[in-house]
Amino acid sequence: MGKNLYSKVFDAHVVRTLPSGQYQILIGLHLIHEVTSPQAFEMIADRKLNVAFPGRTFATVDHIIPTSSQSRPFADHVAEEMMQHLERNARRYGIRFFSPDKGENGIVHVVGPERGLTQPGMTICCGDSHTSTHGAFGALAFGIGTSQIRDVLATQTLSMGRLKVRKIVINGQLNRAVGAKDVALYIINKLGVNGGVGYAYEFSGDVCASFNMEERMTLCNMSIEGGARCGYINPDQKTFDYLKGREFAPTGAAWDCAVRDWAAICSDSDATWDDVVAFNAKDIEPMVTWGINPGQSVNVNGKVPVAAGLPQEAAKAILDACSYMGLKENEAILGRKIDVAFIGSCTNGRLTDFAEAVACIQKHNLKVNKSVHALAVPGSVSVRDQLVERGWDKVLAAAGFDFREPGCSMCLAMNPDKLVGNQVCASTSNRNFKGRQGSPSGRTHLMSPVMVTLAAAHGCIVDARDF
Amino acid sequence: MADLTRTCITGYGLPLKDNDVDTDRIIPARYLMTVVFDGLGDHVFEDDRRQLTHEGKCHPFDDPRFRKAKILVVNKNFGCGSSREHAPQAIMRWGIEAIIGESFAEIFFGNCLMIGIPCVTAKDTEIAALQELLEAKPDAEVCLNIEAQTILADRKYYTAGIPSGARSQFLEGTWDSTAELLEGATLVAAKAKSLSYFCGYIK
Repeated sequence: MGKNLYSKVFDAHVVRTLPSGQYQILIGLHLIHEVTSPQAFEMIADRKLNVAFPGRTFATVDHIIPTSSQSRPFADHVAEEMMQHLERNARRYGIRFFSPDKGENGIVHVVGPERGLTQPGMTICCGDSHTSTHGAFGALAFGIGTSQIRDVLATQTLSMGRLKVRKIVINGQLNRAVGAKDVALYIINKLGVNGGVGYAYEFSGDVCASFNMEERMTLCNMSIEGGARCGYINPDQKTFDYLKGREFAPTGAAWDCAVRDWAAICSDSDATWDDVVAFNAKDIEPMVTWGINPGQSVNVNGKVPVAAGLPQEAAKAILDACSYMGLKENEAILGRKIDVAFIGSCTNGRLTDFAEAVACIQKHNLKVNKSVHALAVPGSVSVRDQLVERGWDKVLAAAGFDFREPGCSMCLAMNPDKLVGNQVCASTSNRNFKGRQGSPSGRTHLMSPVMVTLAAAHGCIVDARDF
Repeated sequence: MADLTRTCITGYGLPLKDNDVDTDRIIPARYLMTVVFDGLGDHVFEDDRRQLTHEGKCHPFDDPRFRKAKILVVNKNFGCGSSREHAPQAIMRWGIEAIIGESFAEIFFGNCLMIGIPCVTAKDTEIAALQELLEAKPDAEVCLNIEAQTILADRKYYTAGIPSGARSQFLEGTWDSTAELLEGATLVAAKAKSLSYFCGYIK
C-alpha cells in the first residue's frame, strides 16, 4: 500500500521510539531568530552543552528589527540587546547569520526558501508558528517553543508524536481576483480555527498545481491558523525550477540525485489519508476577516453574521467580536473604512505579492487615499532588491505607500510599526486577534495584497472583482 | 536534584471562561521583547485585565478570591496562535501548575509539556460544572490525578483526558526532554549520515 508524503518524510527521520511512545525525530533544518532563541541558548550554556549540528542551523533577525532605519545600534535598547545576543550566539557556536550588517536579512520564512535552504523531504523547525510556510516545498515544517529550540540546538532532534493527515483537494479554476490568501481564509472558514488540531494538512488538486511557489507558501503559511501543526504541497517541476541555482541548492550530479529523491517523496497514487475534504475553486471569492480570529471571515460582499438563533457559545463569539471591532451584526463588510493598509509579512511579503499590488496600482493609476497610512514592507533584502531593480519601489512610493526595509513590521507588535488607538487596518498578515498589531484596541482585517491595495486607494474595503 | 515527576496536582482553581484564548492575550507581544523569561508572570493577560478594570469589572487573574490558585480551568482551543513559549511561561510564573480545559491548541499543549505543566481535557459539561463550582466556592480544593486521569473537586469526580505519551512523561519526570534525547546521540549521527541532504548538499 502506498504512503503519503507525511509518512514518508516522518518515517525517514525517526531516530528511535522513546519510552513514552513518542518518537525522537531528526530535524533537517533549524531556523532561528532573535525572539525565541536567547533563552534556548542560555539553557544549553547552563547545561554545558554544545550545538550539535551548527551547519544545519541558520539565523536571521525579523520580529524586532525596525523597518525605517536598520542602522546600529537600534533605537530600542531591548531590540539592540536581542540582536547582540543573537550575534554573540551565532559567533560562539559557528551558526550562519543572515544579518543586516551583511545585507542578507529578512523574515525567516522568506529567507529560508529564497536561499534554497528549504527543500522537499526535509523536516524543518523554527521558533515561530508560521514555519508551516516551508511545507510548500514538500517538507514537514512546524513551529516549536523555546525549550524545544534548546533540544534541537543540543541534539538536532525533538520528541514528537505522529500526526494524522487530512488531504484537502481543491479542483477547478479560481475566479478572477481570487488568490492564495483567499483560498487559505476560505479553508479556515470552512474547517474552523481548530479543525486541524492533531493533523498535518496535505493541500492538493488543480489549484495548488496552478500556484507558483510563493502562492503555495501563502497557503501553507496559514495552515497553523486552521489549527494544523503543519501543511504541505507535494513537490513538482515548479518546486525544482524554483530551487535550481539557489545558494544552498545542490549542483551537478548532486542536483540530479536530489531531484530524483524529491520526486520520490510525493504521496503515492495509492496512498491513504486519515480524511479527505474537497472544495470547488469556483466557490471561492475574495475573502475578508471581520472578527477577532482568522476563522471569522466572509466573502467581500458578505455580511457580519447575526447572533440570534445560534447556540450560546457561537452567539457570544459573534457579539464579542462585533463589540471589539466596532461592527454591527448583519453589517456589510464592503465599504468598511480603514485607517492603515499593510502589505508584507511572511504570508504575503514576497515578489509576486508586490507584483499583484503594483499591477493594480499601474492599471488604475491608484493613489493611497489621504485618510490612509499605507506601508509596503518587503519580506527580505533580496525581495527589496528585486523590487528596486524593477522600479516598483518608486511605483509604490509614488502611489503613496511608505516603502520600508525588510522585517515582520506591522504583523505583530514587536517593532515600532504599530496601530494607534482603535485604528482599522487592512492587512496581508495572518492574525487578527485583539491587540495583535500593537494597540490593545487596534482592529485588523486580513485579506489579499490586491484587496489591501484597493482598500488603501479607496479608504475602505472594496471588491477586487470590480477593478 | 528536583523531583520532576508530576503524579498529582492539588490546589485552588481559577475559572477562565472563554473559547479561542490566544497567545497574544495570554502574554502581549511587547513582553516578548526580552532575553529571559523572568518577570513574565506579572504580565499574564495584562491587556484583558486592564480592559476589564477600565470597565469596572474584575478579571479572574485579578480576583483576590483566586489569587492562590494553582489549577486553571479553561474552555475550547486554549492557547491558539503563536508557538511562543512565553505564553505557558507567563502562566506558570504567575503560579499555575496545571490546566484543565475542553481543548488545547497543539503547540501550546506541547510547550506546556516541555516546562512540566500538564494540560488535561474534560468534557464541556464537566468543565462548565467545574467553572461554576469555582465561582461559587473559590476555596474548593481541586485535585488533578495524572495517574488515575481524574479530577476531584468538592467531593465529586470528573474524568481527565491526557494522551498516553504525555502522561508517561509527566509520571516519569521525563518531560524535561534534553537528557533523554542526548542519549540517542550515536543513533542521531547514524540517521544523519543516511539522509542525502545532510551530507551531500551542504555547501
